[in-house]
Amino acid sequence: MFNKSKFKETMPVVPAQIRITNFNEVELGLSDKSALLEADRCLNCKNSPCVKGCPVGVEIPKFIEFIKKGDANSAYKTILKDNIFPAICGRVCPQEKQCEAHCIRGKSGDSVAIGSLERYVADKILNSDDNKEIQNKKTDDISGNKKHKIAIVGSGPSGLTCASELTELGLEATVFEALHTPGGVLSYGIPEFRLPRKVLKKELEVLKNKGVKIVTNAVVGKSFLIDSLFNMGYSAVYIASGAGLPRFMNIPGEGLSGVYSANEFLTRVNLMHAEKEKYDTPIIFPKKLVVVGGGNVAMDAARVAKRLGAENVTVLYRRTESEISHAKEEGIEFLFLSNPTKFLGQNGKLTNIECIKMSMGEKDFSGRKSVSPIPGSEFLVSADTAVIAVGNSPNTIIKNSENNLDFDSYGRIIVDSQTLRTSKKFVYAGGDAVTGAATVILAMGAGKKAAHQIFNDLKSIESEGER
Amino acid sequence: MLLIFDIISIGLVKYIMFKILKKKFLNKSVSYMKLCAPLVATNAQAGQFLILRVDEFGERIPLTIFDYDREKGTVDIIYQKVGATTLKLDRKQEGEYLLDVVGPLGNKSKIKGFKKAIVISGGLGSAIAYPLAKELKLNGAKTTAILGFRNKDLIILENKMKKITDEIEVVTDDGSNGKKGLVTDSLIKKLEKCCNYDLIISIGPIPMMKAVCEITKKYNIKTIVSMNSIMIDGTGMCGGCRLTVGGKVKFACVDGPDFDGHEVDFQEAIMRNNSFVNQERKSYEKYCNLFKGV
Repeated sequence: MFNKSKFKETMPVVPAQIRITNFNEVELGLSDKSALLEADRCLNCKNSPCVKGCPVGVEIPKFIEFIKKGDANSAYKTILKDNIFPAICGRVCPQEKQCEAHCIRGKSGDSVAIGSLERYVADKILNSDDNKEIQNKKTDDISGNKKHKIAIVGSGPSGLTCASELTELGLEATVFEALHTPGGVLSYGIPEFRLPRKVLKKELEVLKNKGVKIVTNAVVGKSFLIDSLFNMGYSAVYIASGAGLPRFMNIPGEGLSGVYSANEFLTRVNLMHAEKEKYDTPIIFPKKLVVVGGGNVAMDAARVAKRLGAENVTVLYRRTESEISHAKEEGIEFLFLSNPTKFLGQNGKLTNIECIKMSMGEKDFSGRKSVSPIPGSEFLVSADTAVIAVGNSPNTIIKNSENNLDFDSYGRIIVDSQTLRTSKKFVYAGGDAVTGAATVILAMGAGKKAAHQIFNDLKSIESEGER
Repeated sequence: MLLIFDIISIGLVKYIMFKILKKKFLNKSVSYMKLCAPLVATNAQAGQFLILRVDEFGERIPLTIFDYDREKGTVDIIYQKVGATTLKLDRKQEGEYLLDVVGPLGNKSKIKGFKKAIVISGGLGSAIAYPLAKELKLNGAKTTAILGFRNKDLIILENKMKKITDEIEVVTDDGSNGKKGLVTDSLIKKLEKCCNYDLIISIGPIPMMKAVCEITKKYNIKTIVSMNSIMIDGTGMCGGCRLTVGGKVKFACVDGPDFDGHEVDFQEAIMRNNSFVNQERKSYEKYCNLFKGV
């Protein structure tokens, strides 16, 4: 029964006044009824333009067809073939720029809410008691000796996707994570109200039950080098160490206490749970907080600050465009076309931020409008906490410890874009470590691509050996 | 001894790792522990540190790797009960486990090619200075150690340090060990007597390191300090440990922990290290009370 409505079904959302008092999830997921109505909006196009917009190529119309039939199990399995993290991606993917941007229904009315449907399917299965994907543990590990072992550096979305894909291909994957908890940016970066940790935990469980090994507290480049991984019997290495090095603005006063990188501010809360009494990690509860930057990370920091009880949260952004609807509802203020020039303090503690007004100029060669400060337009914003969310660069540990790997001037690992091979034999790289900070799903796409390349490369040396 | 590969491949990681193999009290507030941490020990070098987490609710704290045994897969740490985490850590006994130990982190000290060095430490700083002094000795430098403590009951590592240095002087603020004075006074005396020192290593409270650097700058002698900043991950991710060195932002975890003492903005470092002082005190008191009648 085709649903002609121009409007998509939307998820219920916790009212802003209530949600800013806790870290619980904000968007509550589609009901069975809405999911069915929404699925019925899908035209099941023959050429499936939506699939082309998905970096991992989920068979979107196919899984939606299963929802139409009320068969969530088959829908889940369909997604899982291409995406091991449907519950996560259903929540954090920018679908409006990817699959949904290509949806035919979007030409007149709303696109099909593919992300909401993906999340609906995953939640339905992961929350049910008789969920086989979680309960069925693989026990045929004895044959492991003959398999190629692949080492993966970093347990973020890219590394885990690669590990999952390799396991599907019959290889053995071990993921090395520097922190004490797997997940990378999913665990330290994205706040609980956008991605509840029990969702992450469940999807990691699915992965572990597939046979993927995750070793935490292991810093490749420090605890051991890539060469020693080969000595340890691994046949190939995939580097997915992410873009975790916070950028600062290099303006006076940045060393004042009260000035944080977004990574530090978010990690204290998301990973170390500083906001909870039981946990030892300290945090200073902000009263007047300013976030510098206009991306997703800036919004996450602002919304976390609100939940820590900050009275005033202001986002300072030197441009105008921004994804801000949830943040605005939560009472976060925005100062567009403004940029900090100096952090001012007393006794080493931040008290004020000197800012300057910016003006938009002509589009530059990248197609983005240039911005420049307006002389004499300086103004003061009072703040006890500032969070700098102006981007991240790739982590430097591997760069500083490995001699035979090539890096570009930004510190990104240079790879062949088709094969993801690095300058070192049997070492591959992908995700933010190669592209610079991007999205979860793009990193997953690279992980998947690398897995197939590794599989093929290893197969081809084996067949050469047989000849 | 199991190879790392065996440990990982048979999934032993969580069972054998991070056991406390030995624990000793060095004085009433400072203790020593030997930990099973093969992944840390295998690549550890003098000057590097590890990060540990005692339990699920614990914070991550950095501690210098005092010594290591690659064969046995063990690392030694020395800590002072100054905050919630070290109090908690000190509750753990031989045979018990820590939840997480990761490392080695930071860069190894670059102390090759020096001929005559002075290693100056204050308080617990001697635990950080010891591996560096040992490394200097291994590299053939004639080494003098100047250790300072508040009083004689707080003296640690005197004998160990004696064994690996050519000359040692231990001074106390109150003179209770018979040698009253500040490390900086001893340093000035040495520098006045002899001028061919080519390296000073200064490790301890930031004001002490600052004072040492002010002196050595006059004498134009290269001075290395080890910065013990507040950090979370220790891999360059949080930026909490950032310092201004030579006018540039540097991270103690991935760019340090050793820096050219003449370039470090110590005033900023002192203020940054005090960022959470109220929260830390509260947390410390909470555990003091909690552990009292136990």
